[in-house]
Amino acid sequence: MTNHPLKVIVAVKRVIDYNVKVRVKADRSDVDLSNTKMSMNPFCEIAVEEAVRLKEAGLVGEIVVVSIGPKSCQEQIRSALALGADRGLQVECDTPVSPLDVANILHKIQQEENADIFLLGKQSIDADNNQTGQMLAALLDFPQATCASRVKIEHNKAIVTREVDGGLLTVEMSLPAVITTDLRLNEPRFAALPKIMQAKRKPLAVKTLADLAIELTTDIELISVDSPTQRQAGVILSSVDELMSTLRNDPNVQMPKHDKEA
Amino acid sequence: MKTLIIAEHNQHDLKADTLVTLGAAQQLGQPIDVFIAGHDIGQLGQDAASVGGIDQVLTWDHEALAMSFSETLAPVIANLRSQYSHILLASSSFGKDLAPRIAALCGVNAVSDVIDIISANQYKRPIYAGNAIATVQNNAACQVLTIRTSAFSAPSHEPAASPAHIQALSIELPDMSVRFVEQTLSESSRPELNSADIIVSGGRAVGSEANFSLIYDFADKLGAAVGASRAAVDAGYIGNDLQVGQTGKVVAPSVYIAIGISGAIQHLAGMKDSKVIVAINNDPEAPIFSVADYGLVADLFEAVPAMTAHL
Ligand SMILES: Cc1cc2nc3c(=O)[nH]c(=O)nc-3n(C[C@H](O)[C@H](O)[C@H](O)COP(=O)(O)OP(=O)(O)OC[C@H]3O[C@@H](n4cnc5c(N)ncnc54)[C@H](O)[C@@H]3O)c2cc1C
Ligand SMILES: Nc1ncnc2c1ncn2[C@@H]1O[C@H](COP(=O)(O)O)[C@@H](O)[C@H]1O
Repeated sequence: MTNHPLKVIVAVKRVIDYNVKVRVKADRSDVDLSNTKMSMNPFCEIAVEEAVRLKEAGLVGEIVVVSIGPKSCQEQIRSALALGADRGLQVECDTPVSPLDVANILHKIQQEENADIFLLGKQSIDADNNQTGQMLAALLDFPQATCASRVKIEHNKAIVTREVDGGLLTVEMSLPAVITTDLRLNEPRFAALPKIMQAKRKPLAVKTLADLAIELTTDIELISVDSPTQRQAGVILSSVDELMSTLRNDPNVQMPKHDKEA
Repeated sequence: MKTLIIAEHNQHDLKADTLVTLGAAQQLGQPIDVFIAGHDIGQLGQDAASVGGIDQVLTWDHEALAMSFSETLAPVIANLRSQYSHILLASSSFGKDLAPRIAALCGVNAVSDVIDIISANQYKRPIYAGNAIATVQNNAACQVLTIRTSAFSAPSHEPAASPAHIQALSIELPDMSVRFVEQTLSESSRPELNSADIIVSGGRAVGSEANFSLIYDFADKLGAAVGASRAAVDAGYIGNDLQVGQTGKVVAPSVYIAIGISGAIQHLAGMKDSKVIVAINNDPEAPIFSVADYGLVADLFEAVPAMTAHL
């Protein structure tokens, strides 16, 4: 192969663990994350795993993992290093960042790193934005493949199968490109203890927003956060017969006509 | 100012999602234009012009747009921004792929999954898989929004008295960095998940692709759409396009029947706004029962055929 080994940047976000149910603060200002278990966003874990697999297949030379957030997000960078990323970069920021902020920051980082592939999660499970990868691709004028369930790299191209509303759509993009991961792309491995120890010695740089000359956006203001209306548990019925006749008698339910009675 | 809706279509008909987005856009109370890109869309443009409630239809017709990619559409739409205060798309896979790309080119954030339009710049949207609802204010000069269609409805049909003006855009096509390779669309004669009145969903407990015929038979008797949990999709029992949940489709039918689904928060995120929820599960402790209006603690392999026989 004459191709140079590719460089991949994976962006990982520290979020509430997906198993934890959130509570809204009494003053409705936000959700309460104090004493909450935090983890790597599940879609970012899938992105890290995919990068590591591409490296294991000899297609990728270096994996750089980036996280934007307070010092605590170094924990997620270390997890990614333990899974096989080569070096980490934390962009220090103690206030919440918007998708455009993250895209602006990654755009700046790209000017130094010159990566061939950006791997991001399709969505962060806290803010549920599903925006950052597309925004980054726009700023870089790169092609994008969102919601990837299969990625193949060959001849400086990425062939990506995307999960779309009607089924699956496969596209071919020239590199450099942005790919965002969907759930079925792979199943992330668990880091083995020796790898976790090794990861402590891998390089992890820290930059500030000032280093990158980034100013955060202010266009979206959070006004309040509320709990959704809770559903009440209904009734447990004792048999199929009872369930079917209850459904037939519920004015909200339009059951098809009863053939046997018609 | 005006609102611009980016239409989604199959080259012949506008998708239902686009009409629902029109319904949402009407709440902004200003003139609405619709942008349609595609190939051979003359008739489609005329159909859109006669829908009612639309001021102007912008068409971009080009052979290469038979399959249109966000990379091609976003710069063209972003260039129109000075004329519009709001650009709306449905939160479909098309809309989610395109809206942020437009927004970034306009230098603004987008608001995803709007479920309530409070005013011309305040919206509600679910966060944390719907376990919290955020109210946000968007101060951008051009606001890009995606509309969660399960929370709005299409305008009650009143065709336009006179058709809207159609403006054909002539724009040079840039080099395309993305190439279409193939598409596998699920063919089904059943109602679509997004618009179905009744949905029957199967979970991991259904056990196999073949066993899903139990779910199909029941759904067909009911005239229902079929959905599934992530576990059922991951196991290969059914296609990915039928996954309901935080990261799948969000639905709000009159009746949602969950069969052999435990009710993880990520699944509930996609169906808990259904009017009536029915759950069939052999575990009386399954979390799905805490949101179900009607529950039946039973083995699905006995209960589902018995229910089908009832119809
Ligand atoms: C980031 C992320 C995103 C996710 N997004 C989604 C999503 O969009 N949609 C989604 O659905 N999930 C999603 N999940 C997965 C979710 O957390 C659950 O794992 C999944 O919903 C479980 O599917 P299930 O209920 O079919 O399976 P299980 O949880 O295994 O439940 C099976 C149920 O069947 C019952 N059962 C077993 N045998 C029988 C029988 N014979 N008769 C009747 N009942 C029986 C059991 O009691 C059990 O309650 C996501 C997870 C993550 C981490
Ligand atoms: N603070 C962050 N640091 C690093 N990556 C992020 C951050 N926020 C978002 N991302 C990336 O963007 C993806 C999509 O996030 P979102 O657009 O917020 O749903 C995530 O899965 C990450 O890959």
